[in-house]
Amino acid sequence: MSVPERAMVMDPADVGRALTRIAHEVVERNKGTDGLVLVGIHTRGVPLARRLAARLSEIEGGQVPTGALDVAMYRDDIGLRPPGATRDTDLPFDLAGTVVVLVDDVLYTGRTIRAALDALTDFGRPRAIQLAVLVDRGHRELPLRADYVGKNLPTAPDGVVKVLLEETDGRDGVLVMDGDGAAGDGRGRPAATEGSGEPRGGAPVGREGSGEPRGGAPVGREGTRR
Amino acid sequence: MKEHLLSAADLDAGDITRILDTAAHLAKVTDRAIKKVPTLRGRTVCNLFFEDSTRTRISFELAAKRLSADVINFTAKGSSVSKGESLKDTAITLQAMGVDAIVIRHGASGAPWRLAEWVDAVVVNAGDGTHEHPTQALLDLYTMRQHFPTFAGLRVAIVGDVLHSRVARSNVLALHTMGAEVTLVAPPTLLPARVETWGAAVSYDLDAALPKQDVVMMLRMQLERQRAGFFPSLREYARLYGLDARRLEAMPEHAIVMHPGPMNRGVEIAAEVADSIERSVIADQVANGISVRMALLYLLLGGPAVREARALPAAVAEGSAL
Repeated sequence: MSVPERAMVMDPADVGRALTRIAHEVVERNKGTDGLVLVGIHTRGVPLARRLAARLSEIEGGQVPTGALDVAMYRDDIGLRPPGATRDTDLPFDLAGTVVVLVDDVLYTGRTIRAALDALTDFGRPRAIQLAVLVDRGHRELPLRADYVGKNLPTAPDGVVKVLLEETDGRDGVLVMDGDGAAGDGRGRPAATEGSGEPRGGAPVGREGSGEPRGGAPVGREGTRR
Repeated sequence: MKEHLLSAADLDAGDITRILDTAAHLAKVTDRAIKKVPTLRGRTVCNLFFEDSTRTRISFELAAKRLSADVINFTAKGSSVSKGESLKDTAITLQAMGVDAIVIRHGASGAPWRLAEWVDAVVVNAGDGTHEHPTQALLDLYTMRQHFPTFAGLRVAIVGDVLHSRVARSNVLALHTMGAEVTLVAPPTLLPARVETWGAAVSYDLDAALPKQDVVMMLRMQLERQRAGFFPSLREYARLYGLDARRLEAMPEHAIVMHPGPMNRGVEIAAEVADSIERSVIADQVANGISVRMALLYLLLGGPAVREARALPAAVAEGSAL
């Protein structure tokens, strides 16, 4: 039974609803959209960020500035595999003092997000950085977590999660292709913690999301001051 | 891409497009407050220059530094070469010191190929004798692409001392790969033997060629390489083959003027043409050189070490983005 199986775990309506919920969570957590900017990570984070921006202006009015970030030059696997394709980084605003919501399609090892944090730092010093992803598939290799998650998706380490978007793929949806030793197939399991309305712990990227809100924060924090 | 960049002929249309696209993205690094990315941290690039150079060496140095590589500048003057050390011994020395890339300029055509046999490092040809200068061709193509949407059918005249020009040969090769129509314009004495095999048209008459061109690339009269009288006098050459204001008028309105530098003002190009803000893209060429060389260094050095890269099939090298 080693034939990989594709399962549609989010249909277009699910993707739309997840983005709407994330938009509301962003507004709730930040008490509006003042000082907020959205930064999408290439490739699919960019259209996702634009969609989130559209929803935010429906909810709160006004325009939330949106940018695009390419992390190819900041990756930690440069030299370990063939050089990845580059894209345009376009951040048409000053980052200083803003709250950045990084947007990506899938959160997996966390290495792309680490690269994105480094890249952002080269452009300025935001007041805070938060992370929104459409799918969190687990298997983190770095102490990072997302602030806003469209869907938590337990997957086998060798499985493949494929996010499809109108803008890049012609249609919306999330597909799961199980690897060989698939422990959890995307369908059989209930989608564990989908839409936990509360933004776990309230800490920005760089906290392992345990129940405990502070202390033991692995990255970038000194002491226990908030 | 191959593991070295020795000749413009090593690059197919896909390679060239990838380099130019990458260069366009990396150009933006230069617009930032912090003009540096950490990509090649810990890699060492050696600029090995046996011939004089201003813009190529500085351009490679800046490109490597903007990618956070360490840079060693080696010039023949003031090194052991002036004590008689051979290229091979110099290569072995650099190999022993563990450099990751060697950017070489040498007066002997073919020197980069010899060097590539002796070292494990990535070798980039920054000009060998009268033979090739592939990175100049790439930055020239990048500059052309800023003005014209496609290379297919683009008409490019390369004018002047083709015989001694490595820039001309590399440009003809790369432009031919991309589908442009190149015309070499020069007096018969300054055209190399068997130029008809280059795949470019040849003309002796600049005034007849100019009205048809999209791009006019003037070559430097390389007096230092000329060991015979190739033309009666510089004045006569300038009158027949120099680009002056009158000839600029004869070019189509949209046509651009290029020159690889350094210029002999008043010989192959008049000062007023070189400094023409509307038509001359000579300063752009210099600026673009940094982005193009950043792209090249990234694509050549951003992968696994050279020996492993050789074993990787091209299909793997292309699409492992997942």
